[in-house]
Amino acid sequence: MRKAFPILGVLTAILLSYALYLAMLVAPREQTMGDVQRIFYYHVPSAWTAFLLFFINFIGSIQYLVRRNPVSDKVANWTIITLAVLCCIGGVVVAVVPDLKAALPEGTEPSAIGTTGVIIAIAYFVIRKYFNIDAVDALAVTTAEVGVVFCTVVLVTGPLWARPVWGIWWTWDVRLTSTLVLWLIYVSYLILRRFSSSGQTPVMAAALAVFGALDVPLVYFSIWIFRTQHPQPVIGGGGSIDPRMLHVLLMNWLAFLCFAYLVCWSRYRLEIIKREVEEAQALESLLEPRSAPR
Amino acid sequence: MSGPPGVTFETLKKDIRLEWRSKDAINSMLFFALLVVVVFSFSFDPNAEESRLIAGGLVWVAFLFAAVVALNQTWARELRNQVLDAYRVSPAPANSLFLAKAIGNFIFVTVLEALMVPLFVVFYKLRVLGPAWQLVPVAVLGTWAIVVNGTFFAAMSLRTRSREIMLPLLLFPITIPALISTVEATTTILVGDPTTSAKFWIVLLATYDVMFTIACLALFETVLHAE
Amino acid sequence: MNNPQAAQPQADAIIIVTNLVKQFGRFAALRGVSASFAPARLYGILGDNGAGKTTMLRMLAGLVTPTRGTVTILGSSDPRKICREFGYMAHPSLLYDEMSGMENLRYFAHLYGLREDKRCAEIIVSVGLDPELARPVGQYSQGMRQRMSLARALLNDPKILLLDEPFSNVDIRSAREMVKLLGHMRDGGKTIFVVTHQASLLDGTANEFIWMDAGQILNRTPDLKFMETA
Repeated sequence: MRKAFPILGVLTAILLSYALYLAMLVAPREQTMGDVQRIFYYHVPSAWTAFLLFFINFIGSIQYLVRRNPVSDKVANWTIITLAVLCCIGGVVVAVVPDLKAALPEGTEPSAIGTTGVIIAIAYFVIRKYFNIDAVDALAVTTAEVGVVFCTVVLVTGPLWARPVWGIWWTWDVRLTSTLVLWLIYVSYLILRRFSSSGQTPVMAAALAVFGALDVPLVYFSIWIFRTQHPQPVIGGGGSIDPRMLHVLLMNWLAFLCFAYLVCWSRYRLEIIKREVEEAQALESLLEPRSAPR
Repeated sequence: MSGPPGVTFETLKKDIRLEWRSKDAINSMLFFALLVVVVFSFSFDPNAEESRLIAGGLVWVAFLFAAVVALNQTWARELRNQVLDAYRVSPAPANSLFLAKAIGNFIFVTVLEALMVPLFVVFYKLRVLGPAWQLVPVAVLGTWAIVVNGTFFAAMSLRTRSREIMLPLLLFPITIPALISTVEATTTILVGDPTTSAKFWIVLLATYDVMFTIACLALFETVLHAE
Repeated sequence: MNNPQAAQPQADAIIIVTNLVKQFGRFAALRGVSASFAPARLYGILGDNGAGKTTMLRMLAGLVTPTRGTVTILGSSDPRKICREFGYMAHPSLLYDEMSGMENLRYFAHLYGLREDKRCAEIIVSVGLDPELARPVGQYSQGMRQRMSLARALLNDPKILLLDEPFSNVDIRSAREMVKLLGHMRDGGKTIFVVTHQASLLDGTANEFIWMDAGQILNRTPDLKFMETA
């Protein structure tokens, strides 16, 4: 893996440059908003990357909590499998029943429900296989830190986009507000990790991550209801998207993902080495007595 | 009463007795609550109609700040003389301790609210134009939302540096949906516009309460014994 | 560096610890402690500050989880499962300052499912205090407070007693009475561990002294002669 890093670094740099070129020059000019709209190619992929990283953190936190005990571990495994199966069944049911199909948000296929469930289950078991319980905590720290960075990008690009287009810096937009709360939760997560003493940090941070994950859908709903009573402008646009723009968007997302992967990989290695050094330092004088002669 | 509910009840009784005996704590909390209302009143001086629009937000933010000060206090008692260790080595279940603390905090914060509300009504010349009875479930559910997570995070903060600042730091982001719900529900009831209803907000609050009470009960034992 | 006596666990061992390691960040409080302890004995655990005595006692009580290694008490590898069988006492009193001794014990008795006042009163008397005393524990002298704390540890009639610095700042007379009481309890079948800096108090009563240093057990001796030669 160490040899692959520089190669991946160069590839990512190329990809990022190409994605920038696509976003700035190749993508078509948006009708109403003009060139300012191009910030969309940074705003949206950053958001998707941040959410993906926080999602991995959530899985890591759950695993840290359940894998300490063989019984809860088994229960968790079967719960995940059951959820994936239920999602597939749910997808089939929605596809077959016309009323439910009509109730889906615009542009969503019923198969997406099943696919989402399966992907979540696969992610859970892949992480479980390749990371032991301490490594899972290192993964949680890594994804939280890098996720906060990407989330900050979203929160900065959002207002930067809103100001020229709608004349306001901020709006209680569902997605932007949920992102803000997610950012707040994960910043408090990082502060908790820094301020707690080392033995208990992983457990408490994992508990906070679970609370955060429960909170986000509630935030989403509360802002959604709020907006039905107090209409606000929507940042980020909704509905369908021009296929050329979609292509540029996806290229940028790919570039961001590669970059995120590189950063996470470095941070993860750093964390693992740090823990090894600590352990070595703690036990080093197993061979030598440390007390002064009496 | 035996078993876990018995332990909860005894712990709650003990906490109330201790709180009653160290009356300085209660008195200073009550005075703090009064100060908060007065300071807010100096900062905003609206007419009667404007006040109905903003009172919901002011009142709940004031409750939140008063609650944070109260929450920090109740666990501090268990740290003196390391009494918490005595609980941890006993067979008493961790969740009984959590429920006792949460219920105790709920009672304490409700007392603070009962003091602050009349003051707000007086200073802001408030009149409820909507269905006033709905304020009761909003108050109960909203207070429980703050208290249940507050008790959990206060217990977590015990093991951290800068204990007093950690509690609000952890609590505020998580309570945002509850805060939105209580503020909107209260404002809707105060304004009394017949086209709007606080029912959605009350349902959302109830959902929040159920979800996080379960989460706290599921994770408290782990947090209590982490060392 | 472990005593050869501990290499094979004794057949009737009530507590067996194997290769206990506890790491707090960069600091290792325990570096591989292995030992076994027989029932109905009084063990004195001695050593300098930072030797790991308190950490080991808290590990036996289930308050601290080992980074590595196992603790087996009465056949169970999780101290919390058999928490009814031991009592724990530390240098802080583990009592509520604003309540009287009887009120404190009544509350802690409830945690163990004991609801008779009679038992609380008996235990208070057995440590040499007055159950009727309404004075809050915060106003007790140190000797009285430590004795009340011991009473709390005895509430559930535990088979094993874990005492951390019980004689600190206690007057000589109270301390000697406590040691006598501990001796009686050991004779009655309890296994008692006492961490202390005042080894001389236990001289003659303790069955064995365990010397710890730098997170390991240096030696186990039946008397205090090791201290003079070290």
